[in-house]
Amino acid sequence: MIDLDALQAEEIEEILVTTDSMKEVLSREIKQVPALRGRTVVNMFFEESTRTRISFELAARALSANIVNFTARGSSVEKGESLIDTVRTLQALGADMVVIRHSQSGAPYLVAQHFHGSVINAGDGRHAHPSQALLDLFTIRERLGQLCDLKVVIVGDILHSRVARSDIWGLTRMGAQVTLCAPPTLLGPSHYWLATWPNIQISHHLDTALEGADVVMALRIQKERMQGGLLPSLREYSRHYGLTPERLARLGQHTLIMHPGPMNEGVEISPEAATAPNSVIEAQVTNGVAVRMALLYRLGG
Amino acid sequence: MNNRKQILTADEMRRALVRIAHEIDERNGGLQDVILVGIPRRGVPLAERIAATIADFEGIQLPVGQLDITLYRDDLRRRGMAEVGKTSIQHDLTGKVVVLVDDVLYTGRTVRAALDAIADLGRPDCIQLAVLIDRGHRELPIRADFVGKNVPTSRSEHVMVHLREIDAEDEVLIERTKAEQ
Repeated sequence: MIDLDALQAEEIEEILVTTDSMKEVLSREIKQVPALRGRTVVNMFFEESTRTRISFELAARALSANIVNFTARGSSVEKGESLIDTVRTLQALGADMVVIRHSQSGAPYLVAQHFHGSVINAGDGRHAHPSQALLDLFTIRERLGQLCDLKVVIVGDILHSRVARSDIWGLTRMGAQVTLCAPPTLLGPSHYWLATWPNIQISHHLDTALEGADVVMALRIQKERMQGGLLPSLREYSRHYGLTPERLARLGQHTLIMHPGPMNEGVEISPEAATAPNSVIEAQVTNGVAVRMALLYRLGG
Repeated sequence: MNNRKQILTADEMRRALVRIAHEIDERNGGLQDVILVGIPRRGVPLAERIAATIADFEGIQLPVGQLDITLYRDDLRRRGMAEVGKTSIQHDLTGKVVVLVDDVLYTGRTVRAALDAIADLGRPDCIQLAVLIDRGHRELPIRADFVGKNVPTSRSEHVMVHLREIDAEDEVLIERTKAEQ
């Protein structure tokens, strides 16, 4: 499971149905089933991430798998061990599945070539973050009952975002209408996007893009983008592309507000928008565990 | 087609379910705290039919739930991933009498998984088992409390329960594999 580009709509549908069953397990008093008893999952995080790591960890435990956390800091990686050697070592230690987060796009493909079990991409560089995209799809469908024909606006640092890329794959496969909205410096040339996804819309003007939107997904603005000269100031970004209280008021009550986290409140999203009744940001986090259970089960069962 | 034989007609199936409904009633006098739990797929419509029958003659509507046992199977590793169905039981099972309902009792492994699944959901006072067909060949110390029809089979035979809710008609067939002919 490295990205959603390899999945057909029916396969995505099956994962979402399994996720629904997993959500029922998580609603029980005893949130654990024996499906992956005796399996060993290694969480390999070469990049900091609390939310995704804990989410995979809880998912593996809910399926009774053994899970071991591996972080690059303080490990053999600091002693110069290569990614391939690390993977071979984990294989020799008996790992059945690997969950990998890496700052280099494509690192999970390399791991998959050298590991005999299943590999789940938990985010690689700018490339992909499939479990995040699947939890976004699940959350939208849970709230709005469908994905097909919905208008979804993704706003923010799309150029550097693996979440955006996986979301576009998943949303377009499921028949949603995707609009990308960002300043030109955070989007790059339109033809770059249209070459892969000819049916998506591209906009540099958020208020226009939001007209008739069923879902608006704000992406995190990383502070280092300022130093790279891609943004004049965070305040200016917020005024043009932030989910401000004024824009929130103009959105319909039914328009879902989403964010993959962690949020920069006051930059890409205002505290009012983050906690509005139509915000599903917390539901995204909750559903993340169920989605990851579905992925672990389907790959390791 | 001649390697298939009908072993239960729609009418016989109806009578068997009515008898099971009466036996459940008799065994659990008053039907207090009884909850019927079907094992998908075909156990669920069977549980609903038994509940409807009981409602007809006793005027009591028993709660019906469904229990998916996929995540509790002991052959996931051997047979690979199976699609997970939905578990939906609206009632707390603790202190209740749970009557598990399934179409065919064979090795007993499905029931074993169901017992584990129930233990995770609550602590019923008692768990009973109702099946439409008992075909023998148990691999575990499990027996049914209520049986529609006992059918002696060989392991190479295949028992197919068809229900109108899923298969458009009610009947039970037994199919002999090619090797047996």
